[in-house]
Amino acid sequence: MKSAGDRNAGLSIIEREELGTLIDVLGARGYQVIGPVVSDGAIVYDRIASLADLPEGLTDEQDGGRYRLKQRDDRALFGYVVGPHSWKKYLHPPRIRLFRAECAENGLRIIDEEQPQEKFAFIGARSCELHAIAIQDRVLLDGVYPDAVYRARRENLFVVAVNCGTAGGTCFCTSMNTGPKATTGYDLALTEIPDPDNHRFLVEPGTALGAEILGALSSREATPDDETIAEQSIARAVEQMENNTRRMDATGIRELLLDNLEHARWDDVAQRCLTCANCTMVCPTCFCTTVEDTTDLTGDHAERWRRWDSCFTQDFSYIHGGSVRVSPMSRYRQWMTHKLATWIDQFGVSGCVGCGRCITWCPVGIDITEEIRAIRGQINGCKA
Amino acid sequence: MLPVPHRIERVRRETRDTFTLELAPVSGAAIFSPGQFNMLYVFGAGESAISISGHPGRPEKLVHTVRAVGVVTRAMRKLKRGDSIGVRGPFGAPWPVDLSEGRDVVLVTGGIGLAPLRPVIYHVLANRNKYGKLVLLYGARTPADRLYTREFERWRRRPDTYIDSTVDAAGRDWTGNVGVVTRLIPRADFDAANAIVMICGPEIMMRYTVAEMQKRGVSLDRIFVSMERNMKCAVVACGHCQYGPHFLCSDGPVLRFDRIAGLFGKREI
Amino acid sequence: MTVQSLEPILAEHPFCEGLDPQDVRVLSGCASNLVFRPGEMICREGEHADRFYLIREGRIAIEVYTPERGQVMIQTAGAGEMVGWSWLVPPHRWRFDVRALDTTRALALDAECLRGKCEIDPRLGYELLKRTAAVFAERLLATRLQLLDVYGDNS
Repeated sequence: MKSAGDRNAGLSIIEREELGTLIDVLGARGYQVIGPVVSDGAIVYDRIASLADLPEGLTDEQDGGRYRLKQRDDRALFGYVVGPHSWKKYLHPPRIRLFRAECAENGLRIIDEEQPQEKFAFIGARSCELHAIAIQDRVLLDGVYPDAVYRARRENLFVVAVNCGTAGGTCFCTSMNTGPKATTGYDLALTEIPDPDNHRFLVEPGTALGAEILGALSSREATPDDETIAEQSIARAVEQMENNTRRMDATGIRELLLDNLEHARWDDVAQRCLTCANCTMVCPTCFCTTVEDTTDLTGDHAERWRRWDSCFTQDFSYIHGGSVRVSPMSRYRQWMTHKLATWIDQFGVSGCVGCGRCITWCPVGIDITEEIRAIRGQINGCKA
Repeated sequence: MLPVPHRIERVRRETRDTFTLELAPVSGAAIFSPGQFNMLYVFGAGESAISISGHPGRPEKLVHTVRAVGVVTRAMRKLKRGDSIGVRGPFGAPWPVDLSEGRDVVLVTGGIGLAPLRPVIYHVLANRNKYGKLVLLYGARTPADRLYTREFERWRRRPDTYIDSTVDAAGRDWTGNVGVVTRLIPRADFDAANAIVMICGPEIMMRYTVAEMQKRGVSLDRIFVSMERNMKCAVVACGHCQYGPHFLCSDGPVLRFDRIAGLFGKREI
Repeated sequence: MTVQSLEPILAEHPFCEGLDPQDVRVLSGCASNLVFRPGEMICREGEHADRFYLIREGRIAIEVYTPERGQVMIQTAGAGEMVGWSWLVPPHRWRFDVRALDTTRALALDAECLRGKCEIDPRLGYELLKRTAAVFAERLLATRLQLLDVYGDNS
């Protein structure tokens, strides 16, 4: 490790190309390296092999129900925010087999599913996403029955965070105290300085393993100037969000929602909601699953699969006789009151990290922050 | 958590659509508390949450009374003695049998709701001097839909119980009560100031029972209800069984009524 | 049994709980004490409703006859309950059959006598109406719940 700088111990600078070395080093250590890539007009998470796989010089334009990629005027590798994917697809897989069963001579036999010890390295996780992972840790690991699937994937995770230098159109992490600067949950945190003459990253190790990996890269000690430029870029993202009307006042939000379970606004939002479940699929903290039991044609072998589920489906609340939550109103209310209110009762934190995905990927642009303002009575006027 | 194979030792037909399975664990009996449930797995068909209805003091015989109403429970009805079934559990918060010591125990049930309360009856009768009066008020759809009729008659004949039952509809050969179970409450013999009330039945039946108990002067923190929601994982991970802030697989199914009074009766929660 | 001796029995019945002793005395002037054998018809649908009953002991069944299903039991009632409201509502004819299930002891209150007293003393009339309305409400609620068939296949 380099000697401590005057202002901030352990901050280093790596050149742009050295990020490629980081990918190689992680790969050599047995990690599956996952990072942002362009696919079907969006930035998603997938396996990456080199620097060339990262989206260069791109940014994303986001608004309620709208997502477009645009060229930037530089060669930034992380000049966008978050897309439709979140890291939960690796840690909490969308579909997985839980066990196989056989109907043998001496009765039922259950065959456990070995969980492979996956080693994932995430490149480019944003602060809101680190918070989302911490929330899913609470949900899936901290209870009486830790989830074996999640644990096997989570235990060996290596995280390279990226501090946001721009805020997206639907971002509101400052409202939820979850960003834009990564403060916890990473092995290395990068701040990109996409200066055309000196494209570089400020690197901060968060763990001993992070520091060790950083030691394998060619780096130099950060100067006060480097640090100032990095801080300014994060401050710019904060400022963009502060100037945005899309903010959520989270004070007393639990009581606000639980005291207003019969507010007229639920019917209003239900008029717009298609119950398509997009918001739950893109949400980095939504964890609900269902199971499917199948048999093969011989009838001797059965399997149980687990897959992501959504509280927006009617089946989700099915009990003998019918579904408990039939109306779209009740399903939207369930999702939002769970996310922002009862989540706090259950796990001690809000289920929302302010990433804005549910707003961007809602086909009709329902905006969770606007719904909260409406229930607070902060939206006035007559709707035609 | 994987299903553990159990052998079906006995299948008993209770009513038109209800049957009781007695299971023997292939390895080691699991201790359970009255009110807890297991996830029963039928090979290839899936799992269903079924309350335990046997004697908590005799866990070596796992007893489940099941109503055949869905894909899994209909498949379960086809199982015979000697077949195997998978069991995960026991799960869930039990009936407050400890809290009830020294008090009157008042059980109000309807339909299949008697099954999850039967372990409470066994427990109270096995520890009779620890409890005050044992009151059981039971409502069924018709005389033919009543569960455990012979056992019920034995409970009724005991001098240390107050047992009453009613049906929603009956023919002229029926000499018992006709009407909803709440009508049995005003004349039931118990001390409202020193009673614990446990209610299990359809949500609407529980709603009116709570109202009738309030009229008798039972405070809401002495009333316990067993709630039902979709149950998938039973290990607080799948999200299906949420009822407001509660995961019914672990915070419930038995909940103290004053803790859910603000949600109970609200639509589509 | 003399008419006066019914007064304490009437006062004990839950229907009269909290009623002014003076009112109980007035009511007892319209009361008679009856015993029905198991199976005995107490009221028949369509007949003149000239009284209502306060059950002291035993149980009765409220029934209706249908050609397809025969005699159908709607509800049973027992000690402490009031049966029969048709005396209050024109055309004063029983809407259901009432049959004793067990040996049933009841006080019968004569409708014509009561209606006369209520006309003279509307305050008493209102008091009786309130008590009868509470019975209506309770029966109506119970009947609605029965109609829901809460333990049925579609509940």
